[in-house]
Order: sequence, then C-alpha cells, then structure tokens
Amino acid sequence: MATYQLNVNGQRKQVDVDPSTPLLWVLREELKMTGTKYGCGISACGACTVHLDGVATRSCVVPVSFINERSIVTIEGIGADPVGEAVQHAWVDKDVVQCGYCQSGQIMSAVALLKATPKPTETNIEESMGGNLCRCATYVRIREAIKSASQQLK
Amino acid sequence: MLSSSRFFIRTLLVILISLVTWIALTATAALGDREYWKLNSKANRADGLAAWQKVYSVLTSPRCINCHTATNYPQQGDDRHRHFANVIRGPEGKGVPGLNCLSCHQEANADSTGVPGGHNWHLAPLSMRWQDTNDRPLSSAVVCRTVTDRSKNNGLDGPGLLKHHQEEALVRWAWNPGRRPDGSMRTLPPLSQAEFVAATRSWVEAGMPCPPAR
Repeated sequence: MATYQLNVNGQRKQVDVDPSTPLLWVLREELKMTGTKYGCGISACGACTVHLDGVATRSCVVPVSFINERSIVTIEGIGADPVGEAVQHAWVDKDVVQCGYCQSGQIMSAVALLKATPKPTETNIEESMGGNLCRCATYVRIREAIKSASQQLK
Repeated sequence: MLSSSRFFIRTLLVILISLVTWIALTATAALGDREYWKLNSKANRADGLAAWQKVYSVLTSPRCINCHTATNYPQQGDDRHRHFANVIRGPEGKGVPGLNCLSCHQEANADSTGVPGGHNWHLAPLSMRWQDTNDRPLSSAVVCRTVTDRSKNNGLDGPGLLKHHQEEALVRWAWNPGRRPDGSMRTLPPLSQAEFVAATRSWVEAGMPCPPAR
C-alpha cells in the first residue's frame, strides 16, 4: 500500500492503495466517482477514458503509481470546461444516449478531439473515436453531436 | 686527371644504383601496401556485412519491427498482428487526439495491466519502414540502405546510428519489454543489447557496408 495525492477535477484527493491499482478502480472504488465506467479492462473499448493533463487516457490500464502530478479530469468534471460543456449540450440535444454505458468515455474522447481539432473532418472523427465502442451502435448520433458541438464552439 | 674522372664515374654509378634500388624498393613496398589494403578492405567488408546481418536480425524482431510499419497502424505481439482497438499512426506517429499512443502507453511498462511503456512512445516515421504494406519484413539489403540513408534516418551518420542503438529509450526498451497481460514475459530480440551494440560498432567501423540488392 502507498499514499497518493491526486488532482481530480481540480481537487486534491488522497488515497491509500496498492501502487499497481489501475486509476479506474481508484476513481470508482476509493473516490466513489462512478461516472467513469469499466468496460473491458484492457483498453479495448474506451469506456474508462479520462483526461490526464488533457490527454484522453484509458484509466483501466494506467496504474495509480504512474499518475504523479498530472491533473485528472473525469466525466464528473468535464462540464466545467467550455468544450466539455458544449459537447455535453450537443449530446443532450442530439439525444445520443441509448443505454448510456459507454457514453462517459465517448464524451471524454470527443472533447479531446475537439480541443485539438476544433473543426474535425469525417476522417478525424472516425479516427479519434475509433477506439470507443458502443454496443447500442449510437455512432451516427455521436458523429452528429460532435459536429454540432464544433458548430457551437465557433 | 684520369683517376679523378674514374672516381667521378664510380661515384655517379653508385648514386645511380642506389637511386634505382631505392625506387625499386619503394615501388615494391607501395604495391605491397596496396595489395594489403585490398585484402584488408575485403576482410573489413566481409566482417561488416556479417555484423550487419546480426543488426538486421534484431531490427526485424517483433520488439523492433512492430513499430517500423509501412501502414497506418502499429503491430503487436510476436505474430506481429495489427494493433487492436483501431489504433492508427496519426500525422506524427503518435496516434490522434482521443486515441494517442499515450492514451495507454506510459513512461514505463505497466506490468500489472500488461501494457508496455517507455519514454515518448511512438511509431517510427514511414521513411524508416522496415516492412512492406503487406506487413512482410523488407530484405536485408533494403533495410540496410534505408538505415544508412541520411535523408530517411533523421540525418544520422555512423556514430549517430551507434549512439541511437546504445541510448535511445525505445531501442533500449526492446530488452526490457515487460510482461504481457497474461503475466508472461515478452520475447526478447535474438541478441543481447550489448551484442547488438557491438555488432553495430563493427558494422560502422567497416564503413556500414550493405548487402547487394537482388
């Protein structure tokens, strides 16, 4: 066990966990922040995506001992960011969600895309969102919502 | 008068004979050097080519060639299959926003989750591809010419290549590749890093010869 000071959504959080514990389980089990989802556990589906210093990161495969001083932003905090807020509004406006399980990760990846590429092409969207799976196949509405958010951010 | 003429002629003869002897000896020695150099050069080239084949055996091992693809994606595993999760190369070989290499690959191997890591994890540029678009390794001759082409290899000369093989973090990672998700150790290249560096040094010192293209 070791003690870690984490910066989560702008707040300092202290956890006592095994160093090899994936960040996902620190968020969900230790900090009770269950917005970030467990999907596959091998970074294949994107449901667990959070931002580490702005980089969309699969929290299920990153041990907490690797985080260091990097800031963590989760789905609970992304709405405080203008791009995050625009994406969340677009998600509601386009009624993207079906079962919703993958949508935290979808939104976190979409925000990372729009921060780096405010006016993404179809190819940009396809490539950046290609690692986020949706068993309900809401992909068409996800694309519409990303384009809509991009328009809102003009 | 007569004796002084004889003395002059004798002296002249001695000088001429000495000169001819010196020229003959010098020419023989020069020819010997040239022959020796020819033989030595052949030996150097043969040694250099043998050293290159050792280098090539490492470059085309999965730990190295999986990130020297000719395609829009990296590979993984000893069977060099396409990287899962729709990972793609991206404009700088580091993936794309939302799906960067750094989305999973951290500064070190994450043995508890089986994800390899190292500093600045990324794909080699397409100019340094060591396989064709069907994922088949290129020949020793082609890879050698690619590696030695400074317009393709980021401007590295012989000493630069040697330093790259000795010190580059992702090169060194090949000998510390961490554990697979099932907990087993990843396969190492066929030579140790010390042997790899020694082979590179021999090849560089031999003038970086490349096998003839077929």
